[in-house]
Amino acid sequence: MTTTTPEAPTALPPIKRRNAELALVAVAVAITMAGIAIAGLNLNGRVPAAMWTVGMTFGALSLAAHVAMRFFAPYADPLILPCTLFLNGIGVAMIWRLDAIGAEDIERAGAGMQVVWSAVGLVLCFLIIIFLKDPRVLQRYTYITGLVAIVLLMLPAIPGLGREVYGARLWIGIGPFTLQPSEFAKIALVIFLASYLMNKRQVLSIVGKPIKIGRFKLMDLPRARDLAPILVGWIAAIGMLVLLRDLGTSLLLFGTFLAMLYVATQRSSWVVIGLGLFLAGATVAYFLFWHVRARVNIWQNAFDQEVYYEVGGSQQLVQGLIGMGYGGVFGTGLGGGQAHNIFAADSDFILSSLGEELGLTGLLTVLMVLFLLVERGMRVALAATGPFNKLLTSGIAFVLAYQVFIVLGGLTRVIPLTGSTTPFMAAGGSALMASWIMMGVLLRISDNARRPAPQAIQDEGATQVIRR
Amino acid sequence: MNTPIRRLSVFTMALFGVLMLNLTWIQGFQAQSLIEDPLNSRLYSERLSEARGPIIVGDENVAYSENIAEEDSSPEYQRVYEGGGVYTPVVGSFRSYGASGIEATENSLLDGSDDRLAVRNFRDIITGREPEGARVQLTLDPAVQEAGYQGFVDLGMNGAAVAIQPDTGAILGAVSYPSYDANDVVSITDQQAAIDNYTAMEADEDKPLLNRALNERYAPGSTFKVVTAAAAIEKLGKTGESTIDAPDVREFPSGPVLPNATSGGTCNGGEPDSLAHSIQISCNTSMANWAIEMGGEALSDQATAFGFNPEEGEELRVPMSVTPSYAPVETDESILGRAGIGQSNVEATPLQMAMVASGIANDGEVMHPYLVDSVLDSDMSVVTQASPETYSQAVEPSTADMLTDMMVLVTTPPEGSGLNGAIPGMDVAGKTGTAENGTDRTHNWFIGFAPADDPQIAVAVVIEFGGGSGGSLAAPIARQMMEAVVL
Repeated sequence: MTTTTPEAPTALPPIKRRNAELALVAVAVAITMAGIAIAGLNLNGRVPAAMWTVGMTFGALSLAAHVAMRFFAPYADPLILPCTLFLNGIGVAMIWRLDAIGAEDIERAGAGMQVVWSAVGLVLCFLIIIFLKDPRVLQRYTYITGLVAIVLLMLPAIPGLGREVYGARLWIGIGPFTLQPSEFAKIALVIFLASYLMNKRQVLSIVGKPIKIGRFKLMDLPRARDLAPILVGWIAAIGMLVLLRDLGTSLLLFGTFLAMLYVATQRSSWVVIGLGLFLAGATVAYFLFWHVRARVNIWQNAFDQEVYYEVGGSQQLVQGLIGMGYGGVFGTGLGGGQAHNIFAADSDFILSSLGEELGLTGLLTVLMVLFLLVERGMRVALAATGPFNKLLTSGIAFVLAYQVFIVLGGLTRVIPLTGSTTPFMAAGGSALMASWIMMGVLLRISDNARRPAPQAIQDEGATQVIRR
Repeated sequence: MNTPIRRLSVFTMALFGVLMLNLTWIQGFQAQSLIEDPLNSRLYSERLSEARGPIIVGDENVAYSENIAEEDSSPEYQRVYEGGGVYTPVVGSFRSYGASGIEATENSLLDGSDDRLAVRNFRDIITGREPEGARVQLTLDPAVQEAGYQGFVDLGMNGAAVAIQPDTGAILGAVSYPSYDANDVVSITDQQAAIDNYTAMEADEDKPLLNRALNERYAPGSTFKVVTAAAAIEKLGKTGESTIDAPDVREFPSGPVLPNATSGGTCNGGEPDSLAHSIQISCNTSMANWAIEMGGEALSDQATAFGFNPEEGEELRVPMSVTPSYAPVETDESILGRAGIGQSNVEATPLQMAMVASGIANDGEVMHPYLVDSVLDSDMSVVTQASPETYSQAVEPSTADMLTDMMVLVTTPPEGSGLNGAIPGMDVAGKTGTAENGTDRTHNWFIGFAPADDPQIAVAVVIEFGGGSGGSLAAPIARQMMEAVVL
């Protein structure tokens, strides 16, 4: 199949299901408040005032969001908002619990600030829902968004603007605020890729020559002249790895690039080529660059005494794992464990903290909700109209899933630890805002896809006047 | 475009599946072993409120816990150490952020959590007594340990010394210099200062945190000639009178020439030299020739019998883990010849060379070295009591006798290379060593035991980058340690 045949839109019944959403949002808020209450009981033996202040503020926010959905996106998927609110709420409860004992945090004022950032994120989310009537307008700015993505990635490297936290220059400082531009670069990149690949997908789908083993066709190789985009993406990814020493973002961006390339062209050969290039580049980087080797060494020999005690060694990783060990299957209960002893317990290691205090069961629940959210995103992509919307939505859904994989995979030694943020949970404004912006796009596209087709006013055969 | 989106959905499902399986493995199956991992720093901070048992050398507590809490408040125990840096390499330190030495290896007994103390703890709970950790009695002899440490203080050079009781394997002394005062890194009232001090020592280029006695390898140099001689007797059936070519300079088909380090650069005026005389004056060329004659296999096997080349996973524990020593099988003539005199790829810890000396002292039987003599609970009833175990029969008793006679010549005037090791009124067996290490300052060794006819103590001393000779720098310290026992 060299040309993609237009497919019939995957029809979804135009049912609103807002009441179901309301019920689920109420559950999410109740869980958040219960979490804060339990943490307070475990820590000080009484229900903390924060259950009402923090909990009710978060509850009011959630309710406002739900009401706004009824007005501005009545046909949107009813599961997306409750899932995100649940994750956001668990994050707030955990951060409150860590705050209550005085967790070491990076210039953050804890749970209160997290709720404020959630509010900011929700406002951004609804601004997008309200004003981005048709996401396809984003296609017009293909190369500008690409440029924006690159600039955002490079900002922390600018002297005077960049701030170093925990030895990584991922932040920029503007007055009292610090931002992590790479979080927003992610979004810009997905938008750029969606529009770029939509324009190029016909070309990129052209087959050069097939690779055969005997009579069995293994895969089709693309034409050599079409390799430029993937090479540029690859150079950017390896550059991130080597120059900015940011393995997390490098993995995330290149993986997303390959996933979207696959969706656009349906050619597995692109994925194979991309993976091959990345592995080759990473291997060379491993032998050339000390910091890459150190990362791999920490991953492979985390429990080695020497690796553990060396500066920048595996201590953080191992203490996170040991915390998860304390949690076991059922967890210690919020506030009942020592999650505050885990490094960066409220940000990079928040999943380790949850693993300790909510146990395997709690962490699997959180993962299931994240997974549900991702699959709902993919569902929206199936239902969406037009290739741009499909690409954009599946890209966003994949970024969510892949980011969770990179974070938790790092914490549990599936892959080297990179230090990325967990969507909706980790403390910090940039990550929260970026996640909510992506939800806004998702909800808008979902609403557009499920809205019933406009009714014809008069039926005159050829020409129709329609009202949108 | 829906087909690839569906496939991508399946792929994300696989990603989550991998995470969930892995999490189940970690939190469901590995949880307990993670908690018990020695790297778990929480174990230490949790235990500040418990009365930890003392570590005893001779009849003095060299480490004990002291309640520093105010009246009527819950107890807080501060660990206190005696002896400055003398015992630290063995005793280690018990910190809120980690532990080392005996404090780490015997932790479960010291803090009372060991299963063997369960009954005792239960009784304490019933009778309402404050449960206490067990008391760990070390094999160290304070006189030997202090003599060794003082020797390094006076000399002002880095190094290590190990002394072993030959017939049991009990370690009488394990000195590593420089050391540190454990009190500087264990304060629970000023934890930051403690951590800062520790971090500063981690970065110190003199490596005060390194236990050189057990965990540092050096080229053993000429002290290894004892092993070569043992192999010549055992594998080639030679005696002290057997001779072999001893040129002033040994040339090889490849590689640099090997000169002698004896006075005048000659062993026997260029004539073939006897094994006994070669050991006495520490001849290089003849010992290299012995190694080449017996072959790399035979030499390496003999070293293995003394404790070199441990199998993977079979490394010694005393109970701290000991860095393995190596004497690999060599084939190249120039490398094999140099291996015969303890250079090239031969590397040994001070403990390993002390084992060589004590094996010869104990009729060829190497005893398993150990540091913990006994563990008593708070009522002084015995929890564990060490019993000597044979590590290996490295050589026949007759071979050991011959080697002893040769080593006595080393401390015998006029020709002996280790006259500083001699103790008036008795025969002392010894062997000096000066090891090249690629810098312009050699490592200087002395191994030996006394009295030669009824050995009470075997020692190995190494001066790191001493730049002198084993006889001048290491032998005096070895002699002082031996005198602490035999005089």
